[in-house]
Amino acid sequence: MNRFKDGGQVDKNTLSNKPECSSLKVLGTAYAGSGDFVHLYLEPPLWEFSPGQFVMLRPESWGLDPLWPRPFSICEKTAEYMRIFIQVVGRGTRLLSLCDPGSTINVTGPLGRGFRVPEGPLLILAGGMGIAPFLGLCKNHPYPQKISMLFGHRLALKHYPFEESPGEMHKESMHQVSEDDLKTFAQVLGERIRDFAPKGEILACGPMPFLKVVQKYALACKASVQISVETRMACGVGACLGCVVKTNEEEMVQSCLYGPVFAADKIVL
Amino acid sequence: MDLSVDLGGLCLKNPVMSASGTFGYGLEFSSFGDLKELGAIVVKGLSLKPKKGNPVPRIAETPCGMLNAIGLQNIGIENFLKDKLPFLPWKETPVVVNLYAQSVPEFGVLAGILSDEPGIAALEVNISCPNVREGGVQFGQNAKAAAAVVSEAKRKCGVKPLIIKLSPNVTDIRSIALAVQGAGADMISLINTLGGMAVDVYTRKPRLANVFGGLSGPAIKPVALKMVYEVCSEVDIPVIGLGGISSAEDVLEFILVGAHAVQVGTANFLRPDFIFDLIRELPQAMSRTGIASLEELRGGLETVEPSPVCA
Ligand SMILES: Cc1cc2nc3c(=O)[nH]c(=O)nc-3n(C[C@H](O)[C@H](O)[C@H](O)COP(=O)(O)OP(=O)(O)OC[C@H]3O[C@@H](n4cnc5c(N)ncnc54)[C@H](O)[C@@H]3O)c2cc1C
Ligand SMILES: Cc1cc2nc3c(=O)[nH]c(=O)nc-3n(C[C@H](O)[C@H](O)[C@H](O)COP(=O)(O)O)c2cc1C
Ligand code: FES
Repeated sequence: MNRFKDGGQVDKNTLSNKPECSSLKVLGTAYAGSGDFVHLYLEPPLWEFSPGQFVMLRPESWGLDPLWPRPFSICEKTAEYMRIFIQVVGRGTRLLSLCDPGSTINVTGPLGRGFRVPEGPLLILAGGMGIAPFLGLCKNHPYPQKISMLFGHRLALKHYPFEESPGEMHKESMHQVSEDDLKTFAQVLGERIRDFAPKGEILACGPMPFLKVVQKYALACKASVQISVETRMACGVGACLGCVVKTNEEEMVQSCLYGPVFAADKIVL
Repeated sequence: MDLSVDLGGLCLKNPVMSASGTFGYGLEFSSFGDLKELGAIVVKGLSLKPKKGNPVPRIAETPCGMLNAIGLQNIGIENFLKDKLPFLPWKETPVVVNLYAQSVPEFGVLAGILSDEPGIAALEVNISCPNVREGGVQFGQNAKAAAAVVSEAKRKCGVKPLIIKLSPNVTDIRSIALAVQGAGADMISLINTLGGMAVDVYTRKPRLANVFGGLSGPAIKPVALKMVYEVCSEVDIPVIGLGGISSAEDVLEFILVGAHAVQVGTANFLRPDFIFDLIRELPQAMSRTGIASLEELRGGLETVEPSPVCA
């Protein structure tokens, strides 16, 4: 399971599950609270993945426009379906949210490196859509009581699959509407990271400002934190060099290949 | 069906190469198809020393295309030869190295390093990168400077065929093409990306950190086709056409206007197995156009008048 070198720089030598391209049928879509949040259900691909890995999706109907496929975390995969949880933020996500059942999507995956999930206690920090990669992880975890989750969201809770994760987990959600709410949330993030640091592994995914706060406290408490970053991607396979992030060694590495999950103390956000 | 092409010193089993910078070092695509099926593998532009490239965002999507300002991030020539080349199927498929340098002598040094490297089939000299401050396009926009680079590289590259990659960001592409032919280029490839930019009216920011970038993808195909046609009508050396190719028919269009071979760039981003599928579809596309070899189509464009170039 451990795909990272212990210590040292960002590991560039190992790649887990070999990715492939497949054409998968849309089984259906389910909206969550509004048309802007959609669960997309696809035929399950044959490959296995680790949580935090992602797929590039491109409906066959796109022709040459939009040009790029779009990257999404794998929310959950069962024998019946692969689920992608999408928030509509632009043209590509809008088109994906409107995919008809039976239509075909080109899927490349599993891509990148997911979270290393050790056996001990886990603290999951999710901001908004950052909840997506954790749903399957929590549902399939053998000891959900060992997982704590702090979920921050700016839109109503009904849009997110928060309740769906196992009830045995220690779950906490915080709604941020005002600037003050954001400050309080940042404070709570700091407290949780500090308290949990000696106990186990922390996994985080969310928007950049959120990740910056997490990283700040992770470094201050010397906590073992893995963060998943979102970058603009064209190819998804390490070829275009569009998605790079800067490491502590001032190296630019492709987040589609060596991420999207990185140790919080290895990259500059 | 005969897909092979002879580029004078460089023989390909089919006319489809990957375009530099859109196919990594080749190995990134080995999970998605057999690299041996490509006509040739052209790798990311390499410089003498590793380069970090430009700040992000480096890419932006545009209608039927994209802008990039990668800034030639690369691992450097030595690391490529040591860490990547041994894993490429260079015995079965020609590997072409795309080169970038900041000065004429530096192009010579690079060519010298590659001159007796058995795994390298040809050199493609990039005198057309719009995304770096020094070098790059400054050599490609001036016939004299372009010729100087070619002479120097030719002097140092030994028996390796020399491809010169031209920039479309010029007033008269034919004069540059003639100059590089005169200076000893064995082949010409074109086009590199077209200068462009994209802005966000809500944030009032450019979409690329570099402000300017290079436009590529299907959107530029008509421009590329015209320039390839013009250059093919002017020079005697083989021409490799590229710019927006995204189907087997597109490949044949470039052959029709006179290209010997083609490169597929941005279309590789549609799906990582794209180029392999395109090559597989080429024979069917050829039979649809009624040809059994590319030779039958090459340069066969039927124009009513000796085509006027201005429009
Ligand atoms: C590894 C990874 C995993 C992701 N997982 C999910 C997920 O599970 N669910 C989900 O809803 N979204 C996820 N995203 C974000 C998603 O890819 C973007 O929202 C989507 O590409 C936007 O496409 P669009 O055409 O709708 O928007 P565009 O019109 O292209 O852009 C609209 C806005 O989205 C931003 N954007 C565009 N592309 C990206 C991108 N690749 N990453 C981040 N922001 C982008 C633009 O800067 C712009 O502000 C993930 C991104 C990455 C890199
Ligand atoms: C992300 C990206 C990186 C590129 N890097 C290089 C490069 O290193 N050297 C080079 O000669 N051309 C480079 N190019 C230009 C392409 O090789 C090609 O000339 C151009 O994109 C037009 O072809 P296309 O429309 O098929 O992509 C790059 C293009 C893209 C999109
Ligand atoms: S998206 Fe192309 S290198 Fe990562």
